[in-house]
Amino acid sequence: MPEATAEPIVVVDDVHQSFGEVEVLKGVSFTVAKGGVVCIIGPSGSGKSTLLRCINGLVPIQRGSIRVANFDVHMLGSDKEKIALRKEVSMVFQQYNLFPHKTALQNVMMAPMHVLKENPGEVRERAIALLTKVGLAAKQDAYPGELSGGQQQRVAIARSLAMRPEVMLFDEVTAALDPETVKEVLNTIRGLAQEGMTCILVTHEMRFAREIADEVHFTDGGRIVESGPPAELFDRPQMDRTRAFLSQVL
Amino acid sequence: MPVLLPAAERLLRSAMRERASGARALQLTPAHGAALLVAFVLGCGIAQAQARSYDPSILATIWKWTPLLARGFAFNLAISFIAMAIGTVAGFFLGFAQISLFPAVKRGAWFTMHFFRNAPWLVLLFYCMFLLPFQVTVFGVTIPIPDWTKATLGLALPVMANVSEIVRGAIQSIPTTQWEAAASLAFNRRQTQWMIIFPQCIKRMLPPWMNLYAILTMSTVLASIVGVNEMMTLTQRALSAENRPGLLLAFYSYVLLWFFVYCYPIARWTVRLEARYAVRQ
Amino acid sequence: MQPVWDWFRWLYGATGINLTVFYDPFDRARFASGFVMTVELSAVCIVLSIVIGVLGAWIQGSRLRVARTVVHWYIQAFRNTPPLVQLYFFYFGLGGLLRGVGGSGPVVSNVTWAIVSLSFFAGAFNVEIFRSGIEAVPRTTVEAAESLGFSRMQTYLRIVFPLAFRISLPALNNNLVNLVKTTTLAYAIAVPEMLYVSSQVWSDELNVPEMMNVLLICYFLLVGILVYVMHRWERALRVPGFGI
Repeated sequence: MPEATAEPIVVVDDVHQSFGEVEVLKGVSFTVAKGGVVCIIGPSGSGKSTLLRCINGLVPIQRGSIRVANFDVHMLGSDKEKIALRKEVSMVFQQYNLFPHKTALQNVMMAPMHVLKENPGEVRERAIALLTKVGLAAKQDAYPGELSGGQQQRVAIARSLAMRPEVMLFDEVTAALDPETVKEVLNTIRGLAQEGMTCILVTHEMRFAREIADEVHFTDGGRIVESGPPAELFDRPQMDRTRAFLSQVL
Repeated sequence: MPVLLPAAERLLRSAMRERASGARALQLTPAHGAALLVAFVLGCGIAQAQARSYDPSILATIWKWTPLLARGFAFNLAISFIAMAIGTVAGFFLGFAQISLFPAVKRGAWFTMHFFRNAPWLVLLFYCMFLLPFQVTVFGVTIPIPDWTKATLGLALPVMANVSEIVRGAIQSIPTTQWEAAASLAFNRRQTQWMIIFPQCIKRMLPPWMNLYAILTMSTVLASIVGVNEMMTLTQRALSAENRPGLLLAFYSYVLLWFFVYCYPIARWTVRLEARYAVRQ
Repeated sequence: MQPVWDWFRWLYGATGINLTVFYDPFDRARFASGFVMTVELSAVCIVLSIVIGVLGAWIQGSRLRVARTVVHWYIQAFRNTPPLVQLYFFYFGLGGLLRGVGGSGPVVSNVTWAIVSLSFFAGAFNVEIFRSGIEAVPRTTVEAAESLGFSRMQTYLRIVFPLAFRISLPALNNNLVNLVKTTTLAYAIAVPEMLYVSSQVWSDELNVPEMMNVLLICYFLLVGILVYVMHRWERALRVPGFGI
């Protein structure tokens, strides 16, 4: 397994997570270097989304450890500590989850203003810059209900970026989108990756994963079955299960 | 072809809405006002027909009592405003307590809500009428508590329980993904509740809240049973003072007309808001 | 039971909490009769209101236009006016008229008027509920039953009604629970139900707080049990694959 040379910023070690009786994650380990882009692929129900939620501290884990930047995510007890973590790690969801009662600009501004308690004027400037970056400067006063899926997702990305996170998590962000709008969202993410943002993506877009990722993990049944650089994993998969999966989706 | 028609879903939905708001939906139309007017005219006719030679005309009689009845109606409105205000504020806290993370608070709030929802309004009214003191002394100053304030409190209790259910229902109707999104943006629970979830609830809460207010206004006549000088009490007093047969229909339909004129716009507006919200869904 | 009654007498001596409805045989009998009256009133009104609801729904589906209009106005009048006003209308209005016709004494007792008034009140809602329930059964289902050789009556009894009833149940339950709570209004025309006898007890014994709490708890339990049973029943009868 090729190890990234830079110092890892995310270290996931032997993570077990159960939902009631069902064990969703059965010992998952991997690391992400600072500035690295990691894609997680695999059939639905293999625990990919749960893994991201664990990294963001949204669901607790039963065994193992997760370290992100300076936080031991598995040890975070109080809400305060979790909130501190989430300033460093931001998540973008499959269903965008924008706040429907706020405009695009307000959605982006809300967290920095009220969580980071930053100066509204500065936040506003930054938010407009971020919306411009995702190509939605013209839509800043539109409500989520007035935006297309792809536009909403780009606002959601801008909203996460406004927190100036160290790590971005993307949870199947294009799965709910129309094929035409997928591209605009992927372009936005590509831009981020090129700027050196650390990204962990759960995705079904194999072509995109291959192009953008430094490392790809194939998960099935709550475990990482195979890992490697995209060229190797996609072209010369070692495991039968990986081959079977890839032959289905490619 | 679906197994069951949309009517089934409509019925179930309205039943669930009724259960959530604790009050049935008022359906007032102009036809109701017209019918009341007809009843009133009919009542006047009956009264006129039964009038003795020395009786003044029915309209003159009603006109004579109108200022007094209006004063009574003002009392009904005052009771409804204050009871609604108190019930709403208390209901908000109770509603949020119902989704508290502390099991004790949650269970206590749940029980309180059920207790006041299951008790008949009249019993709660009696409860406050008889158990609250007629005056309190604070720092040597004696403050009298008039009957109508007690009645107001008695009506505020069920309003509180119903508002708390409206609040809880609205909060729980917001998808959990909104909580998740807020959490991943590092909002704390308080901020999430007040800045993200609650503002989205207001639109959903407004129709049932207004419906509850219209129901409450109509229920203020219950205060007549415990002797508060509101419109119904005064009507009965006027009737016994007149001591004339046949006035009954005219007077009661007159009272109902007052309530209709007041409640109709509210009911109408509620329906409009509901429809607008349903379209947006 | 005697030790229990004695314990309440002891409680009065020891703490001043005067629950005469437990230790005093006369008050106990009074309160029990009030409780029974509330239960009876509720039960009779529930049955009558369901009968009214079924009849009304049937008439609304009939071809007689006049009958349909009458039912329509009955529903509109009763679902949008305060039940207290309806009660006064029946007792003082109609009752007064009958008295005028019949001579001195009341022809119809106040209990009967309460039953009539409350049944019509709840019945108005039931008509609407049952009608929606019947409307919810698709025409094709009825046709299927008929093509299988069911008679019209059989189709109604075996297919339409059971289905309509299951669909109607949640709304019906709301209405019936509300009806039980509304029986307290009978107090206003001196029907000796639970609230009324309690007021008699507390004015004789001067134990208002105790009686108030007894009353509140009794209603809480009565309505609570009804709600619980109805919801259980609802869940048991739910049409699988249909629900919100």
